Amino acid sequence: MKLQSVLPVGLAVLVFFGVWKLVTIVSGFPPYILPPPETVANRFVEAWVDGVITPHAAATLREVVVGFAVGAAFGVAVGYLLARSRLAERVLSPYLVAAQATPILALAPLLALWFPDGLTGTIVICVLIVFFPVAVATMVGIRSVDAGLLELGRSLRATPRQMFFTLEIPAALPSILGGMRVGVTLAVVGAIVGEWAYNDRGLGVLVNLARGSLFDTPLMFATLVTIALMGVALYALVVLAERRLVGAR
Amino acid sequence: MAVRDVAVSFARPEGGPVTALDGVDLDVAPGEVVALIGPNGSGKSTLLRVVAGLLRPDRGSVALDGRAVTRPDPGIGLVFQEPRLLPWRSVASNVGYPLEIAGWPPGRRQQRVTELLDLVGLEGAAALRPRELSGGMRQRAAIARALALEPSVLLLDEPFSALDALTRERFNVELLELWSRTGTTILVVTHSIPEAIFLADRVVVLSPRPGRVIAEIDVTIARPRSLDTLDEAAVSATARRIRSHLGEGTEQ
Repeated sequence: MKLQSVLPVGLAVLVFFGVWKLVTIVSGFPPYILPPPETVANRFVEAWVDGVITPHAAATLREVVVGFAVGAAFGVAVGYLLARSRLAERVLSPYLVAAQATPILALAPLLALWFPDGLTGTIVICVLIVFFPVAVATMVGIRSVDAGLLELGRSLRATPRQMFFTLEIPAALPSILGGMRVGVTLAVVGAIVGEWAYNDRGLGVLVNLARGSLFDTPLMFATLVTIALMGVALYALVVLAERRLVGAR
Repeated sequence: MAVRDVAVSFARPEGGPVTALDGVDLDVAPGEVVALIGPNGSGKSTLLRVVAGLLRPDRGSVALDGRAVTRPDPGIGLVFQEPRLLPWRSVASNVGYPLEIAGWPPGRRQQRVTELLDLVGLEGAAALRPRELSGGMRQRAAIARALALEPSVLLLDEPFSALDALTRERFNVELLELWSRTGTTILVVTHSIPEAIFLADRVVVLSPRPGRVIAEIDVTIARPRSLDTLDEAAVSATARRIRSHLGEGTEQ
């Protein structure tokens, strides 16, 4: 990477921590309200070394990855169906929109009732939250596949399966991956919401623990940083996949 | 190839249906080059799509070597107005796409792709992406792709209309060279009278909507043809005859 592209990013990070530090000094908030960045950094390293964060981060990552994979697969399948069948779109879309309009936070207690197991329930929440953006992006992407390419496929007697894998999916891939970018960050949100509902394990649980019984605000911040980093890393992975798969067009 | 009494009409969102073709008859002998010419809206491209088996006519039939063509046929290669290359694939992979769809094993496929790239002069471009090619090279790749399954008939829908005049002339020469090497029957839609005369053994004139064959003009210029040895007198006489028919039924 060139210096010109790294420099602004580095500067922005410095400014962020600088302002944070400044606020802690000027406001005089005690560390249990707003710990300064170096305290959080220390606690972050400490908590990882001690193994306080590790099992929770592993649990959350597992929920996010499985939930994202299943939700994205469903999203692509249903998005394709919506794009190719007017009837399916008319029948299904009111329910999809209604489901999307209901906050997942409000659904979490109900899902906890239906899926007694914390891991399963949290994954279900991730699946639901990832599904919608991927389905919509797939629908839009498949609908905008160049009609000329589809005619080419027909002129070569491509089977529906061949059309799907060699024309429609590759052509719609930029749009589908755009939906996945949104989906993967939402999956992290879904995992935290699920963990709150079950209060079993995971980074969401650790946030609550740190605030409540442990009364360890720096640990809470360190956990939040972990959540944010996980989101950024997963997003970067999707962008990377996008560059590899779509970049050379 | 025999086209018998083909009629096609399209439904419109408002108003009644539009008749694009009405009773078209056309015979093309094996190895012959036929140019289809006509004003906009005469249904030239529609006729080509019917012949390609992409569009089912309301009436009439198309037969190739005695078999009815009711769906796309492996014996027919199609070159569209635009190259229609898959932007995410290399040139070689685009040219080999019909072979892949037809289920050829990779080894045989690769061998055939090499032959095809040689045939159209794209040996050096195999690994490039379509966006890295000029418009002319893209259309060459499209022609190579259309020839992949060794069709007995090649249909071309204004294949060079997006190219500049000089490139276009060169491509017409190349197309004839290709034709003399492969012996493929060619049916080419064009807007250009000189192009039709240069390429074809016979020029078929379609009327404005609804499209009908209103004239078939033989081009008696000797082959092999090249741009600088073309018999100017014969060309202009033929052009005059075509033009007189193109005037029929149009206001301009």
